[in-house]
Amino acid sequence: MQDVYIIGIGIHPFGRTDGVSGLQQGANAARAAMADAGLEWPDMQFGFGGSDSAGNADTIVNELGLTGLPFINVKNGCATGGSALIGSWQAIASGAHDVGIAIGFDKHPRGAFNALPAEYSLPEWYGEAGFMVTTQFFAMKLQRYMALHGISPTSLGRVAEKAFRNAVHADHAWRRSPVDIDTILNAQMISDPLTKYMFCSPAEGGVALVLASAKKARELGRDQVRIKAAVVRTRPPGSFEVFAPCMDIERGGAPTLLASKAAYEMAGIGPQDIDLVQLQDTESGAEIMHMAENGFCGDGDQEEWLANGWTNIDGRLPVNTDGGCLACGEPIGASGLRQVYENALQLRGLGGGRQVPGKPRTAYSHVYGAPGISGVTILER
Amino acid sequence: MGASAIAEGLFRETPEPTLIGGRHRETGRIVFPCPDDAARWEAVDLPRRGTLWSWTVQRFRPKSPPYTGPEDFAPFAIGYVELPGATIVETQLTGVDFDRLMIGMAIELTTIAFTTDADGKDVRLYAFTPVTEG
Repeated sequence: MQDVYIIGIGIHPFGRTDGVSGLQQGANAARAAMADAGLEWPDMQFGFGGSDSAGNADTIVNELGLTGLPFINVKNGCATGGSALIGSWQAIASGAHDVGIAIGFDKHPRGAFNALPAEYSLPEWYGEAGFMVTTQFFAMKLQRYMALHGISPTSLGRVAEKAFRNAVHADHAWRRSPVDIDTILNAQMISDPLTKYMFCSPAEGGVALVLASAKKARELGRDQVRIKAAVVRTRPPGSFEVFAPCMDIERGGAPTLLASKAAYEMAGIGPQDIDLVQLQDTESGAEIMHMAENGFCGDGDQEEWLANGWTNIDGRLPVNTDGGCLACGEPIGASGLRQVYENALQLRGLGGGRQVPGKPRTAYSHVYGAPGISGVTILER
Repeated sequence: MGASAIAEGLFRETPEPTLIGGRHRETGRIVFPCPDDAARWEAVDLPRRGTLWSWTVQRFRPKSPPYTGPEDFAPFAIGYVELPGATIVETQLTGVDFDRLMIGMAIELTTIAFTTDADGKDVRLYAFTPVTEG
């Protein structure tokens, strides 16, 4: 296996862009990433990409050029971007190609995600009865976690407050105004214990990353950010997943535990070696639970971490430096690559008002989604 | 005016209603609902009482489709119930104030008139409710 570098990054702002299709947002991100790398579309030897709700990614050749390159569609729920990155990483690590592009984009209607039972091999009555709602799952996983590990509603508020505060300095974020913690805690309850400011909203956006071999990256003078690990895992027995009519009494692991462990092994480092982190935060409790699932603290330690601001930009381990899904919104096909975009930007020292101090060397990103899949990447400068 | 269950094979509407799970013929693992695969799974009655494993309140009307509950929406509680020796089942919770819901509380199976169908007939759904002493 040869080393793989991220040599170009591009993003189309998240949120709502009326009149621009999801695919066009992906194409805009691709153009930005190629310009950043000093390359053009005919230089791309392959592409991997996907969206959840905005169509087949391979039709992007109509926007970018009919160069005949192989382009593979990815449709992996919240791990779509992460899977596109892994496909691209493998294509270069294997020696088959020198340079290629990973693209993720999406454009969802307003309101909650609308899942149908048949898409998840579930009986019709399950949706008819009102169980086909992702927010319920997040709320119930969190409710139990809070009871078992002593997590307070105040900590949920602190996570959301930090997200909006960080996003003020992220020009690709959607919600860029600070919200104070009292407003967050006293806002309308959506699914107990989570108020409306503690959930992300379905959104739009596009991200692209240009990857290259070490040789190509050096030729271009772009060998700053290396991919140390890129991993996707599906669920183990006994995990608690969205859309589950029942689960075993004997509780087991979680897909994030598997992906995280595999990524650390692949990178040859541990959680203590990581300088900054992007965690799946589709609601503020998810960030709290994922801090522990990815090995950064013990269950229940998050109370102390958040009270002391240790996950702030200037804390001991900054988490979700661009405001995460809470502030950027959730375009499913793009979010995983947004995290890697943000990490690459931070490692290059280009974070501007949200730059993590002390010249960070390692950055970790994590996605999780239905029906029990998790993706982790580790980058190194 | 009759009534019908939301789906066949989920539960029996006897005076003491019963959920019908499935037991794997080789491993003994119990799931709900019973999978439609008689070669591997046999139907089994699930315990009627259990403890609340987790809960939340659905405070906005789920999108239709797939939701077929009343247009005139009222928030409802849902949860997972641990049925001892069997499995943990997802369910609506009925007959309890939202601020009394607590993980570990004792609850038992009942059924509710969940909605009405196109002919105006009640559609019945299983639900769990706090155990009343006595």
